[in-house]
Amino acid sequence: MSMLREQDAKEVRERLKSMTSPVRLVHFTQELNLEYGRETKQLLEDLSGLSDQLSLEVHNFLLEKEEAAAYGVDMVPATVVCNGKSKGIRFYGIPAGYEFASLLDAILMVSQGDSGLTPESREKLAAVTQPLHLQVFVTPT
Amino acid sequence: MRLAQSFALENALIEADCIEATEFPDLAGRYRVYAVPKTVINGAGSIEGSLPEQFFLEEILKTLPAPEPGTAPGATQP
Repeated sequence: MSMLREQDAKEVRERLKSMTSPVRLVHFTQELNLEYGRETKQLLEDLSGLSDQLSLEVHNFLLEKEEAAAYGVDMVPATVVCNGKSKGIRFYGIPAGYEFASLLDAILMVSQGDSGLTPESREKLAAVTQPLHLQVFVTPT
Repeated sequence: MRLAQSFALENALIEADCIEATEFPDLAGRYRVYAVPKTVINGAGSIEGSLPEQFFLEEILKTLPAPEPGTAPGATQP
C-alpha cells in the first residue's frame, strides 16, 4: 500500500522536477524488528519512484555492517541522502510529517549542489578543519 | 534541520543527522531532549530551538576547541 496520497505524490513529483543531478537515498533497516521499519521503507520506495533522478538502495543493517559504517550509520532505520560528493546528511526514523519536507529539501539541495547559505557562512564553514557532528532531534508533528 | 543540512553540504567534515526523537528514546534521554528542535554538537554542547543562520553557526563554532598553538597562521614554533 502506498504511503503517499495521490495528491501529495503529484506535488512531490512537481517539486522533484527541479533536481539537476542524480541523488541516491541509501537506506539501512531491520524492517521486521522496527516499529515503523516497514512504513519507512515503503515511504522511501514511493518517493524514489517519483523522479528518474532519484534512486533508492536498501541495506540490511545486521548483515551489512561494513556498508553501514562507511555511511556513518549506527542505528536504524537510517536514510542517507547522497551523491558522488556528499554523504553527510542522514535521517534516523521515519521521515514523515514536517521531516518529509526536510527530506525533500535535502534531496533538492544535494541535487542542485547549493546550500543556499550566505557567503559569510560558507567562508566560516570552509574553515572548519575538524569533524563536526550535528544531531538535530525532532518530532513528526 | 535545514540549516544543519546546509552546513553539511559545505564541508565534508560536517555531518548532519535528523533524529526522530520518539523512535530513539534512549538517545533522546541521554541528551536530555525535552523540547524540539534540539541540536547536539559533537555529543557535548547543544542548542535548543531554532536560530537564524548567523547565530546558529556562531553557537556551533563556539563549541569547537581552538586550533592548537603553532597551527595558527604566523605562529612561531618553539
